[in-house]
Amino acid sequence: MAETHILQDLQHQAAIASKVYVQRDYNSGTICKFQTKFPSELESRVDKQQFEETMQTLNNLYAEAEKIGGKSYLEGCLACMTAYTIFLCMETHYEKVLKKIARFIKEQNEKIYAPLGLLLTDPIERGLRVVEITIFEDRSIGFGR
Amino acid sequence: MHLGLDEPVRECQYNQICTRNSSPMETLSHKKKRTPRRKWQIFPGRNRFYCNGRVMMARQTGVFYLTLVLIMVTSGLFFAFDCPFLASNLTPAIPVIGGVLFLFVLGMLLRASFSDPGVLPRATPDEAADLERQMDAANGSSGPGYRPPPRIREVVINGQTVKLKYCFTCKIFRPPRASHCSLCDNCVERFDHHCPWVGNCVGKRNYRFFYLFILSLSFLTIFIFAFVITHVILRSNRSGFLNALKDSPASVLEVVVCFFSVWSIVGLSGFHTYLISSNQTTNEDIKGSWSTKRAKNNYNPYSYGNVLTNCCAALCGPLHPSLIDRRGFIQPDTPQPLSHSNGSGLYPSTQNHTHMAAATPLLHSDPVMMGRAGPPPSGKTSLGGPCSSLAPSQPSLPSSMPGLGCAGDMLTLRDPDAHCHHHHFVSPEEMPSPLGPSSLVLPFAAHGGHLNPAQLYDPASQDSLHEDSVRGLVKLSSV
Repeated sequence: MAETHILQDLQHQAAIASKVYVQRDYNSGTICKFQTKFPSELESRVDKQQFEETMQTLNNLYAEAEKIGGKSYLEGCLACMTAYTIFLCMETHYEKVLKKIARFIKEQNEKIYAPLGLLLTDPIERGLRVVEITIFEDRSIGFGR
Repeated sequence: MHLGLDEPVRECQYNQICTRNSSPMETLSHKKKRTPRRKWQIFPGRNRFYCNGRVMMARQTGVFYLTLVLIMVTSGLFFAFDCPFLASNLTPAIPVIGGVLFLFVLGMLLRASFSDPGVLPRATPDEAADLERQMDAANGSSGPGYRPPPRIREVVINGQTVKLKYCFTCKIFRPPRASHCSLCDNCVERFDHHCPWVGNCVGKRNYRFFYLFILSLSFLTIFIFAFVITHVILRSNRSGFLNALKDSPASVLEVVVCFFSVWSIVGLSGFHTYLISSNQTTNEDIKGSWSTKRAKNNYNPYSYGNVLTNCCAALCGPLHPSLIDRRGFIQPDTPQPLSHSNGSGLYPSTQNHTHMAAATPLLHSDPVMMGRAGPPPSGKTSLGGPCSSLAPSQPSLPSSMPGLGCAGDMLTLRDPDAHCHHHHFVSPEEMPSPLGPSSLVLPFAAHGGHLNPAQLYDPASQDSLHEDSVRGLVKLSSV
């Protein structure tokens, strides 16, 4: 719980210097995938390798959510047979993975990005269009880490 | 003198008087301050929400009620007049099967009509500004009042070049297969068509329900048709044809309805079966996006290659969650998407402007200027017709007329319908004003809108006029 307070404090006390947006990558079709290209605005803030690893893990999680295979077919058929009322009791596979993604992003923020003065916003809050990275002004630590 | 000291005090008092002014609307808004508002109440699209945001439909739902009435009346007559005879003379399985089919049809119809078709939420002001910056940088700088030409990004999917268009209303680059529905004023993912019979768009999230609806409705129609005919024939064998009709007059009505429905519904089911097996949308099929007539090596990059996989993916694929958080509560410090396409460059990422943007989406655009798509065609008798006829009109609209898209949305300031349907939307007077100084601005906005009714029907001049008025409003709000 203390970690979430740190994040909230960061949001309220630190000033937002700028926001960087990582857009969707549609080269593989309509599946949810974000560009892994390292934005130039983050060069001074975070390690390129680390960022790309975060994005790749995120993409893998979304791929898992949207995977079409035996499990999704089973879920689909079961849902159809129960006239989709089964989702009143249980959540869809996609929703389960979205929760996993939310946990992942929170963990990444707490462990890696918040100490660097950055905040990743869960893409679902932006309609799965972008990954919004908020860059906070480093007043206390000083510029140019 | 102590004028300087008194002035801020006076201003504070003025604000306090303003907010405590107990008109009935103010007390109402005061009450509403305590209950946090949900996001559906400020949704910028032209949708209607029921059951506190759980149900989402298009604006014009008249034809949907007709669909419901037709299905229920025909089925009701079947169960009331034909089933007793058939159950006793043939088998009781007939009403049972009929009942199951009927319930399935109804369930699928309601699911298709009430769910979010896959609406893409509009870009937040920061996102929109970021995209505009990128586009300006790519294109070289242009004057502040000049609207750049529609932007297109190209992407290669499975070897095919696909163009992603920029939506001026939603301020996003539309994903592949998404399209902007001018009736609902939303970008919808994997947009199929806007179906007035279902009272909603058909898109990624509700396509399978729509397909199952028309498929099961075909079976139900054929079922009822066949057994009503059987019923009449059996009765005629006993007491003659005219007596049979006299004994069960409802059968005539049912036969007539079913006869006309069968052609259109079965045809539509067949068409959509073809679309599903080739993994195309109605939109793409009508535009001939993947037809070999366009280019010799044109093919559908989204198809999985074989019919079975395409069908399974469309019907049994994962159910995507809704991207618009309808029932979520509005957080006061989160940026809300812009409702009008105008305002490029007018919204730097400060809190004041996000509040401004949050307040103004309450005013909804009138379909007058988006009249290209118009009200659903009521003159058509065939059931299958309207579904396909509405599809072509939507995609062309935003890209070819960026100015109109802006003007159409800016004409939101004056919309009689918004006041009529205020039980679904929040009308400007009911809007709470926790915004301090900027609360003084909004009555001016409403008044400004009210003063210009005559200028509504001239979109070209509206663009610059409204841009100026919005700039004026923004200046006032920052005081």
